[in-house]
Parts: sequence; C-alpha cells; structure tokens
Amino acid sequence: MSASLEKGVNALKQQVDSSVAAFFSSCVHCGMCADTCLFQTETGNPASTPIAKAEPLRRVWKSEYTLLGRIGKMFGLSKKVDEKLLTEWETMVYDNCTLCGRCSMVCPVGNDIALMIRKTREGMAAAGHAPEGLIGATNRSIKIGSPMGVKLPALLAQIRHLEEDTGLKVPVDVEGAEYMLLLSSMEIMNFPEFMEAIARIFDKAGATWTISSEAFEATNSGIQIGVSDLAAELVQRVVDAAEKLKVKTVISPECGHAYMAIRWDGPNLVGKAFSFKVRHILEVLDTFREEGRLKLKDKISEKVTYHDPCQISRRGGVIDQPRRLIDLFADDFVEMPDAGKMNWCCGAGGGVSSNERADEVRLQVFKRKKAQLEEVQPDAIISACSNCRIHIEDGLEEYGMDIPLMSLTETLAEHLADD
Amino acid sequence: MNEIALLEWVRGTGFQIATVVLVAGVIIRIFEILMLGRKKNLAEAKGSEFSSGMRTIVSRSVPESDSFKRSAFTIVAGYIFHIGLFVTIFLFAPHILLISELTGLGWPALPTPIVDAVAVLSIIALLAILVHRFNNKILRYLTTPGDLFIWFVTIAPLITGYIAFHRIGMSGPMLLAVHILSVELLMVVLPFSKLTHVFTIFMARWYNGAISGYRGVQS
Repeated sequence: MSASLEKGVNALKQQVDSSVAAFFSSCVHCGMCADTCLFQTETGNPASTPIAKAEPLRRVWKSEYTLLGRIGKMFGLSKKVDEKLLTEWETMVYDNCTLCGRCSMVCPVGNDIALMIRKTREGMAAAGHAPEGLIGATNRSIKIGSPMGVKLPALLAQIRHLEEDTGLKVPVDVEGAEYMLLLSSMEIMNFPEFMEAIARIFDKAGATWTISSEAFEATNSGIQIGVSDLAAELVQRVVDAAEKLKVKTVISPECGHAYMAIRWDGPNLVGKAFSFKVRHILEVLDTFREEGRLKLKDKISEKVTYHDPCQISRRGGVIDQPRRLIDLFADDFVEMPDAGKMNWCCGAGGGVSSNERADEVRLQVFKRKKAQLEEVQPDAIISACSNCRIHIEDGLEEYGMDIPLMSLTETLAEHLADD
Repeated sequence: MNEIALLEWVRGTGFQIATVVLVAGVIIRIFEILMLGRKKNLAEAKGSEFSSGMRTIVSRSVPESDSFKRSAFTIVAGYIFHIGLFVTIFLFAPHILLISELTGLGWPALPTPIVDAVAVLSIIALLAILVHRFNNKILRYLTTPGDLFIWFVTIAPLITGYIAFHRIGMSGPMLLAVHILSVELLMVVLPFSKLTHVFTIFMARWYNGAISGYRGVQS
C-alpha cells in the first residue's frame, strides 16, 4: 500500500463513529436515495446514487468495525479500498455531490447520507484524490486567507470606494463591537453591494459592527475538500479575531457552506465551544425585524420566490427567517414546489463550483431548478448565498431564461425607509 | 434421519442454536456500533437531539410527498411485505401458540384465512420487488449477490409456511420441518446481514433526527 493510500484509509477509519456504523448496518439497497438526488434524476447515472458514493467509507467500516468483516479480512475476502477505487470514486464524491443533504431527509432507514459522503471526502483528500480546483482554493485560503486570493488591501480598497460613494461607514477592527461580519471573497469582489447593504441596515438599526482585518473570509474550502486540519485552521483564525475584538456575535454572510463551517462544524473542528455566538445574517436581520428596528419605505410588486440554499435551510436550520423578511418588502411571494427543507439544490454547492471538471454536470443538473422555476414563473428570485446566485445566473443563461436574482439582504436594504 | 427425527431436531436443538446465534449476534452488532461512540457536539444547540431523534424514528415511516411520487413502487411494495411479515409471524394462531409456550406471553390471533391472504400478498410483493430489482437500472447497479441471498432468506419462510399450511406435495412433518428450517436460516443470517436493520433502523433514524434536530430542522 502506498503512503498516500494508507493515509487515506487511516483518515476513513477515523471517520467511523457509532452513527456511521448504524447507518451502514441499516442500508437495504432500496435505491430511494437515488430519486432524491438531482445528480441522478437529471443525468440518469446510477453511479450518482447517493449511498453508492460512500462506498470507500463503507468498505473501511465493514472490514475494520464489523465481526464478519474482520473475519473476512483475515481470509482475504473483504473488498479493499485501493487506488483504483479512489480514482473511480473521485468524480462521484466531488463532482456529482453538493452535500445538499436531500437524500438524508428521505432515506427510509434514516441514513444521513450527505454526512457519510462528507466523511468519505476526508479519506479521498488524504489519499490525494481531490479535484485540482478545490486543492487550489484550499491552498490559497491557507496561504493568502481567501480561496479566490483576495488580500486585505483589496478589501480595504472596496471599503474606501464604498465609503466615498455612499457616505456610509464600514468599521474595521473596532474592539467591543456587538457584531463581527465575515464576508465571502465573492461578496468582496463581485457583490460589494452586500457590504453596502450591511452598512445601511446596521446604521438604521443602530447596531455596532466591525470587520476584522485579520479574519474577514467566511468561506472554508477545508470543509468542502474534506481536510479537517485545514478547516480547523481557518476556523481558528475567526475565533482568534472574534476574541481579540471581544465581539458578542460573529455573522456568517450570504454563503451556504460558510455557515455550516463556522456555525455547526466550527467548534467541533477546533475542539472548543465558542465564547461568542455565531448567527447567519438572515437570523440577525430577523432579530432586528422582531425588535422593530427595520423600517421599510415601500414594497416591490413583482412576483418573487425564494431559493433555499441547502446549507442554510435544510442543513442549517434557517428556514422561516428569510420568509418573514421577504414579507416585509414583497407583496407577491410564491413558494416553489418542495421549498424549505426539501428544496432542490442549485447544483453547485459543496465545492462543485470550484471544480472545473464539474462544469458540464452542474449545468446539466440545473434542469431541476429550472423545472421548479417553471412551475411558479416568478418575476425575480431571491436567495441568500453568493455561490447559489452565481450558479443560478449561469444556469438561467444556459437555458435562455430571463429572471433576475436578488440577494435578500441587498433587496431589504434598498427598501429601507430614509428617515 | 427420518422425517419425525428431523422435525424433532429442528424444533429442539436446531431452534436452540438459531435462537442463540440470533440473540448473541444482535447483541454483538449493537455493541460494536455503540462502542464506537460519537463525539459530543460543541456547537451551540438550536434544538433537542433526543426528542428530534425520537420523532424521526416515527416520522421516517411516513414518506415525504415528492419522494412518494418518485419512489411509489418501492414504498408501496415495501410496506406490503413488511406488514405482511409482521402479520404472518406474529398474528398467526399457531405462531402465537409457540411464542406463548416459550415465553408465557399471548395475544389474539387474526382469522387464518386473513393471514393466508396476507401471506400470498407478501409473496407477490416480494416477487415484484425482485423483478423490479432486475429491471431498474439503479437497483441493478446497487444490487450485490448478498441482496439476492437475503431476498431468498426473507421469502423462503413465507413460501414454506404457505406450502406447509396447505400441505402441498410432501407429508405434514416434512413440510413443517422445512418451514422451521427456513425460519432458522433467517434467524441465523439476520444479525450478520442487512436484515440487522430490523434493530439498527431505530439507531440510524435516531442519529439522523438528532443530528438534524440539533441544528433546528426536523428531519
């Protein structure tokens, strides 16, 4: 066994816990998970059946942690994890799964299949079987601090432009602020309107906030590629900054996996409960709404719908907040079929968008979102994840559909009362 | 060995062996799962692990609507044979008598013609499931020789039971011996195959509900 393969197998062994063992013990090969996965329904590829994607992890569980498997291993009968398997599985685990977790909601025996695939990635990455695009993004995150290579001067330049253009203030490194905002590189470079919206809303709501010059990046390629050590290092940077600035709450921006990384995986990655709270921007805005701190001047008349980003809704638990907020500024709101916790993924989460090899399949599976949109024919789509946003815009263009996509936070800011 | 001796063996020693393997096997399997443990979640909770897990144990029996549309055959056929197995195993008068002799526990039986009809329905459902497994390209991809063996182990007691009850072909004691043997095969195989889901499904569903419920989503 080569050194990298051994590392991979060891990483897989470390991923097996009682939940994984209960899951694999219970699978009856019914195939229902296949019907829940857009990578299967839209391509017809049987290898895209969710549970099949966790095969490398299953083999390790079976041969190391079951009585029959261990006996089989002694006689050389167990199916081994080898280079061939990992090479074959790499595209299934990374290109054909966004870790959206729809399968986990349907499996009749209760397997959290998305978690099993997420754990499989730990072994794949350790064995050197991760896609180039994700390796690059992770390396840039560790070395530069951003998967897109965005450095502090670029952020400061965007802040300067914003302050000059709008007269608003973007506080940097303010100790004792209530909130510390994280941003995705995408928001810094492609959607600076997001930061402007935050500045406007927090100013009106009278809340103190800041951005840390030492940890402003929200995304975490480490959890997408499946390298917990690196993911933990990225989380630790945020923890250090939040503790240094003594903030009460860290805000995760409009990005799906960033929320999963800092809110749910973060404390477990660094092995310590946080001394501050972590909230998604939609949760913070909904609290402002509840406290009557959001005054709106008008409502939009277009028919709007909301695309639930998987890691924020189904995997994150922020489902009602966006709907209550949209209610503030939209009169004509329609739900797509399967909206909320059963929503269909856009097709580009979980690192798929950073993986050029998956460009074709992500647009192919966008047909599912297209079908959902055709059901309700909205004038505009609202969402809360820059990655969903870029991919949905890509998909709409690919299929010749002309529907604008708006950020919830930005749209809310545009309709704030002027007083 | 004549057929009476065979029947005595399957009823006595055979049944004892099968029971020991079943009980010990299930305990080993559950133990080897729980022994692995699970790390404590350090993130601030948004919901209860315990109650969400308990709720998912129940709620996962009700298919979600889009999934029902897409997997209707699997769900309907699956329900039929699962209920069928329950009825034929636990609500058939001679079986209740046997359980009562062994444990002292008893309960009312369903009328025999109903159990008979349920057995036929279950056999049909299992046959249809096998055909579906070969015809559907996803299931063909997932299916292992083990799945086919387990299918056989599951349908065998239904078929042998049906034949024994209707006394088709062989003599009574021989038919009964074959039926009991098929049940003993099921008992021995159960802990070491996907049939363990009979027990581990409660653990798997609980973990699923707990993981999701912790994040504030009822799964």
